[in-house]
Amino acid sequence: MSTETVEAPVAKESEALLSKRRKKFITDPLNDDNPITVQVLGICSALAVTTQMKPTMVMALSVIFVMIFSNLIISLLRNAIPGRVRIIVQLAIVATLVTLVNEVLKAYAFDVYKQLSVFIGLIITNCIVMGRLEAFALGNKPYDSVLDGLGSGLGYSWIILVVAFFRELWGSGKVFGYDLMGAIGFENFAANGLMVSPVGAFIVLGFIIWVMRARSGYVEH
Amino acid sequence: MDLLNLGIKSIFIENMVFSYFLGMCSFLAVSKKVSTAFGLGLAVVFVLGITVPMNWLLNEFVLNEGALSWLGADFAEIDLSFLRFIMFIAIIAAMVQLVEMTIEKFSPSLYGSLGIFLPLIAVNCAILGSSLFMAQRDYTIGEATVFGFGSGTGFFLAIIALAAIREKLRYSNVPDGLKGLGITMFITGLMGIAFMSFMGISI
Repeated sequence: MSTETVEAPVAKESEALLSKRRKKFITDPLNDDNPITVQVLGICSALAVTTQMKPTMVMALSVIFVMIFSNLIISLLRNAIPGRVRIIVQLAIVATLVTLVNEVLKAYAFDVYKQLSVFIGLIITNCIVMGRLEAFALGNKPYDSVLDGLGSGLGYSWIILVVAFFRELWGSGKVFGYDLMGAIGFENFAANGLMVSPVGAFIVLGFIIWVMRARSGYVEH
Repeated sequence: MDLLNLGIKSIFIENMVFSYFLGMCSFLAVSKKVSTAFGLGLAVVFVLGITVPMNWLLNEFVLNEGALSWLGADFAEIDLSFLRFIMFIAIIAAMVQLVEMTIEKFSPSLYGSLGIFLPLIAVNCAILGSSLFMAQRDYTIGEATVFGFGSGTGFFLAIIALAAIREKLRYSNVPDGLKGLGITMFITGLMGIAFMSFMGISI
């Protein structure tokens, strides 16, 4: 580490594939800088799909895929894109990737595709994707951008998976369609209809935000 | 009469914010003051009212299976519906740009107060979502127009109501961890419960 101060450029060139700085790209969005609970991005298209675990899982994987590849492509093109038309270029690239995801799902997972309906298309307007492209990929190297996309995607995914877990458990007593409440001895578990309705998502997410912020001590003014 | 029903339904019963979670980012970000919420709400009504019928035309005459048959028999088989996302978002971005230029020209003061929020409308999921719903539900052109204005009005009502509540909330003693986003989530949930009561109305 002490040589770094003497010959900084050399040390930079031989940076490890997963150096401390790069690990932070992945771990930061998981908690301290979470896209949903701290940056308030991407709440739009996510919550409506969280009534059950299975479609939520598909949604999470799709968002991670779109984030990694849009970050990579924008980062590779970052010196070629004129500043004035960058929004359109970003939208075009993201829309292309989302179309790809949509067609793959239509071909190989038609029942999940029908459940998600228009919400796959709404990944295009998911603010996390646009936000990371604007804030990170336009100014950083491709490999770093891929890690950043992966980190933000994972940070987003674990929140929506937790929301989906509680909503499916309380809303229908099941997890991934498996009757969990019945298996642990609550045969006559009364499903809570409020959890299946959109209201349940707001309230579960509100509690998650409360817990996370109480732990990290972050206060919004 | 059907159109009136559809309008009421898209404003209250199937409100974009409370029953589909669309447009949440700007809904949460721009609802701190009633005046800015009012400006953004109006712009959303306007953009939705224009883009949904325009995307309907695009869908009907270019994208749907067999939509290109007006070009001649050779084109009757073509199905361009996989291009829907990219074409819809292009129309929306173009319309937002147009609205921005028009407002800048005719009302510089309104442009000044909206400034940053106008380009944000292009990535508001409520706009793209309405167009995708319109395509999915096979509306006619009249229904598409009413649906566009209706869902815009629904968003307008929701954001004004939330902004008014948040202005009052500034004087309340909220636990530290809940300040800002957390308590706003709970309030949105409670407003959602209130809007659910509209479901009982049969029209």
